[in-house]
Amino acid sequence: MKELMVSGNEAIAYGAIRGGCCFFGGYPITPSSEIAEVLSAELPKIGGKFIQMEDEIGSIAAIIGASITGLKTMTATSGPGFSLMQEHIGFALMGEIPCVIVNVQRGGPSTGLPTLPSQGDVMQARWGTHGDHEIIAVSPSSIQECYTLIIEAFNLAEEFRTPVIFLSDEVIAHLREKLVIPDDKSLTIVNRKKPAVPPEQYNPYDESTGLIPPIADFGSGYRYHITGLTHDETGFPTDNTETVHSLIDRLSNKILYNRDKIVKTDSFMMEDADVAVVSYGATARAAKEAVLLAREEGIKLGLFRLITIWPFAVKEIFEISGNLKSIFVAEMNLGQLKPMVKSAVKGRCEVYSIGRADGMIISPSEIFLRAKELE
Amino acid sequence: MNTETARNYLRMDKFPSVWCPGCGHGIILASILRAIHRTGWQKNNTVMVSGIGCAGRIPGYVDFCTLHTTHGRALAFATGIKFARPELNVIAVMGDGDCAAIGGNHLIHAARRNINITAIVFNNAIYGMTGGQKSPTTPRGFFSTTSPYGNAEPAFDLCKLAKSAGAVFVARGTEYHVPALDTLIYKALSKKGFSFIEALTMCPTSFGRKNKLGSDAFSNIEWLKSISVTQKKVEKMSEEELAGKVIIGIFEDSARDEFVEYYEREVVKEGKCQRNMKSD
Repeated sequence: MKELMVSGNEAIAYGAIRGGCCFFGGYPITPSSEIAEVLSAELPKIGGKFIQMEDEIGSIAAIIGASITGLKTMTATSGPGFSLMQEHIGFALMGEIPCVIVNVQRGGPSTGLPTLPSQGDVMQARWGTHGDHEIIAVSPSSIQECYTLIIEAFNLAEEFRTPVIFLSDEVIAHLREKLVIPDDKSLTIVNRKKPAVPPEQYNPYDESTGLIPPIADFGSGYRYHITGLTHDETGFPTDNTETVHSLIDRLSNKILYNRDKIVKTDSFMMEDADVAVVSYGATARAAKEAVLLAREEGIKLGLFRLITIWPFAVKEIFEISGNLKSIFVAEMNLGQLKPMVKSAVKGRCEVYSIGRADGMIISPSEIFLRAKELE
Repeated sequence: MNTETARNYLRMDKFPSVWCPGCGHGIILASILRAIHRTGWQKNNTVMVSGIGCAGRIPGYVDFCTLHTTHGRALAFATGIKFARPELNVIAVMGDGDCAAIGGNHLIHAARRNINITAIVFNNAIYGMTGGQKSPTTPRGFFSTTSPYGNAEPAFDLCKLAKSAGAVFVARGTEYHVPALDTLIYKALSKKGFSFIEALTMCPTSFGRKNKLGSDAFSNIEWLKSISVTQKKVEKMSEEELAGKVIIGIFEDSARDEFVEYYEREVVKEGKCQRNMKSD
């Protein structure tokens, strides 16, 4: 078993390669740049391609283009670059082109706090691109999880034919800890479904094959059309009300109907908890420590950790809320996910927010003291 | 080569097109298709990428692998495709606003990289699809819906821009000089590296009408003919005679290392990704 001492950004780069990434397009931005640096060195060793584009808009365009030829592709950025990528996240959603977008979150808005952490982009990940849509976003809490979850992000992108957003943060990015490289047997690698029909019968958006139609690579003998316009099953533009209705519904439903398969959460000392912290990313690490501090004083605090941010763990949070007096949502923003949690518990317990957006991480004692106050 | 040749590459069931009567885009498109026919490129290995606008609709009508992307970004998508699968023939078609305004950055960087893509700009000096606003190639003094007192800005010379950014083949043709345009496009497609074609085309509906050139195809094309000057004639013309004229012909035809070929030779080693790329 191979063990490494690496940073979160390095683990994302190594994990991406393990997950099948063969193409990276990116633009330097703090605190994500190490991902590009590692991949510029590692991808060529396996016959892969690395390109530093002229901006973030071009970066995501290049990875979408490369994905259409059949490669697993990724880009990595931070807040300002993520803002620039929003239009093309929509294009990948509409064209149903798999790709992975890593956003190593830093303080915002605007240039904000380039070297300091934040979790301020969770709502942008949900609604940053215009129009009605569902999105998949995941967030790692450890270096080990950077590695395994980025592989999962590629799997989700391939299986659901959609862009997947990987929300890291500056703490996880530059934290160094042990990474145990999993063996092949413990890993699942998913590849996109290819058409089972000959080219003349192929329709790239044929709903009769299910919610996620097979995708043909450009250059593989299947000639078809991809557009960001609303389109029919053949891929050509249409504004026919029924066809558009059916397309937009399917794009959402392919995520919603599979939410049980997608949504992943983690629990720590939740069995007997009467107060819970809901948290994710780097903040969940402080929350775990807070749980231990609270338990020493006999306070029954538990941690419910979101691994999948979108689709939101509505069902799972409702289930835990029955046994709880209160939940507080700990995140490095001013309470972006609190309304989601509040809506999920349907009044069964109180929901509070513990958040900050000043570039400082939330400390275990901050969470512990709040739990003590609420208990 | 005739219209029937071009027809063989069209998705005939997608017509009539979205273009207005008198629009020159169809003439340029036919020229592109005749040039592709001459190269012998296979449809399955040919990718046409576009952005947004009247020219953005071109890939929808042609029987290749076609990608209609976002405004200004055709070359960035095309770069991803060509870099991932260099064996594919990649053409990017753009409008003048698409290529020179919102997409200007991608144009200069594609030229700088010298990636083996042919970029073809349908330059009608107007934003046609949005109703006739001025573009970066609208000449100073000309009228549009956003230059009601005459355009206060000078126009981009796109060929000079592409040449100075590093394109190895740069040429300008028009929808009037069709046989010459066929040849220019064929040369661009055959060139290894980044090749750039500026095809002048008329928009009678907006540009022609606003500038009192007539709203029919004939009078617009006649005007285009009247302002076009070949490089040979330029030598004998004075500066005053050249005012308001556009020079057509080849401005650059040179050679230097192509980006993907260099990357594959100097950077990439053998590995699993190459097997992925060849698996189809």
